[in-house]
Amino acid sequence: MTQISREDVQHLAQLSSLALSDQEVDNLRKDIAGILDYVDQLQELDTTGVDPTYQVTDLENVWRDDVIDDYGIDRDDLIAIAPDSSNGQIKVPKVL
Amino acid sequence: MVKISDFLNKSAKDNVLKALADAESKSEYHALLSLTRERALERAEAVDRGDISGRLAGVPFVVKDNFLAFGAPTTAASKILENFEAPLQATAVEKLEAEGAICIGKANLDAFAHGGSTENSAFGPTMNTYDKDRVAGGSSGGSAVVTALDIVPFALGSDTGGSIRQPASFNGVVGVKPTYGTVSRYGVVAMASSTDVIGMFTTDAEDAELVMDIMSGRDAKDMTTLPDFFSVKNEVPLNLKIGVISESMTDSVDLEVRSITKSYIERLKEAGHVVEEVSMPTAKYSLAMYYIIVPAEVSSNLARYDGVRFGVRSKKAKTLSELYGMSRDDGFMTENKRRIMIGSYVLSSGFFDAYYLQAQKARTILCNEFNELFTSYDILISPTAPTPAFKLGENTEDPIKMYMSDIMTVPASLAGLPAINVPAGITELGLPVGVQLIGNRRDDALLLSLAKSMEVK
Repeated sequence: MTQISREDVQHLAQLSSLALSDQEVDNLRKDIAGILDYVDQLQELDTTGVDPTYQVTDLENVWRDDVIDDYGIDRDDLIAIAPDSSNGQIKVPKVL
Repeated sequence: MVKISDFLNKSAKDNVLKALADAESKSEYHALLSLTRERALERAEAVDRGDISGRLAGVPFVVKDNFLAFGAPTTAASKILENFEAPLQATAVEKLEAEGAICIGKANLDAFAHGGSTENSAFGPTMNTYDKDRVAGGSSGGSAVVTALDIVPFALGSDTGGSIRQPASFNGVVGVKPTYGTVSRYGVVAMASSTDVIGMFTTDAEDAELVMDIMSGRDAKDMTTLPDFFSVKNEVPLNLKIGVISESMTDSVDLEVRSITKSYIERLKEAGHVVEEVSMPTAKYSLAMYYIIVPAEVSSNLARYDGVRFGVRSKKAKTLSELYGMSRDDGFMTENKRRIMIGSYVLSSGFFDAYYLQAQKARTILCNEFNELFTSYDILISPTAPTPAFKLGENTEDPIKMYMSDIMTVPASLAGLPAINVPAGITELGLPVGVQLIGNRRDDALLLSLAKSMEVK
């Protein structure tokens, strides 16, 4: 059984930018341990000397011309869908 | 069941009004999250005036609510995008609209397409077409059900590990997962970029051919699209060599699913095809590969939902880091969080080699097994899902049990191969069962022509 502590879950939550409740930490600890247990069966496979497959298109270096394309979308329309904005800029709480 | 041709050369406005009325009278299935009534009627009037024409002029359709489309919010069935009005439309939608098709609404899904039952929707589950106590399948459950209920003749979905094929199987319709890179993903909410594909639900293979013909092709806005290759095969395929994946026909698979698959195989033989058992020893590991690779990609793709540039921002947050954390915690479903955190785990230093790298190497072995089989066989066949539609709530407590419903569909996704669900029979309880036809890369048209030749009219 893969051992996952509450601290491990809290660390993963931090890496994932998730502010979990205590109840969620407990539930996710059990779920994550179960999923890791299941995927552990992959360790049985001998992959010595096998290259990884990261993509399945066989496409390589797909280039485009270095010109700006706004895809027909207006800047103001994008600012308008932000939860908060001011003077044409997206607004967030103070960073420092 | 209705076909695309039933809607052609008719009043587009009548078509749209009828589809909208059907959607409302069948709302108890909860297949749709929104209707795009106003925009649909405007477009119908334009078609009727002759301002828009094409191969789908006046034909109503539905998109899964992870496609960016005008006329209603694009929610991905999540709280964080509850009010998100897309500033652009998906290329797939634009191409259909250019042929005169009219989107009438947006279908329910598991939030961010994470799930196999549509029970992970933030807005409640979709019911199965044949039994309202059972799941629609997922994640494209709503799209499957609107097609099976004859509300529209076709609907769009996305398939990352079975999200089109499995709900198509559960609701008795054709579901197509094209070769990876066939249809542009521009304007579709990304889940796992190395396996996400766009496909469709239809009531027969001929309609799927038409929709594929329109949607497929290279798109400068999606650099992963393949050069154009799809063209409909009109001739009936003869003397194909077809391999039955023996690992998909074991005792762990529902008895009726196996017997319906066997009858379909008998019919293939009667049609003159050679059918033989084949083995894919690595297939049993594909779900484990999938639940490492996909969460890794999910954790990266879902980083953008942070309450800053779009979507819902937590009102409780006082600092920027609280804004990220609280907006994401409020806006995601539990399954979204599980996948994001598993992804963070398998990609973190110290675990990367053991999980992520090992899974990507295993994926190579799986791809090689497929390549080897396609040197001798034209098409592979298996059941689409190990069971017919299960009961609502039956698998929600145990994520692994839910993941198992994708065990047949995940291998083709990891290898980027085309695969389709074809309705094959009905169980004693009256539930549909589908078989999955898997082809070699770019053999989408061959799969559809075989499915078409096998349909009982």
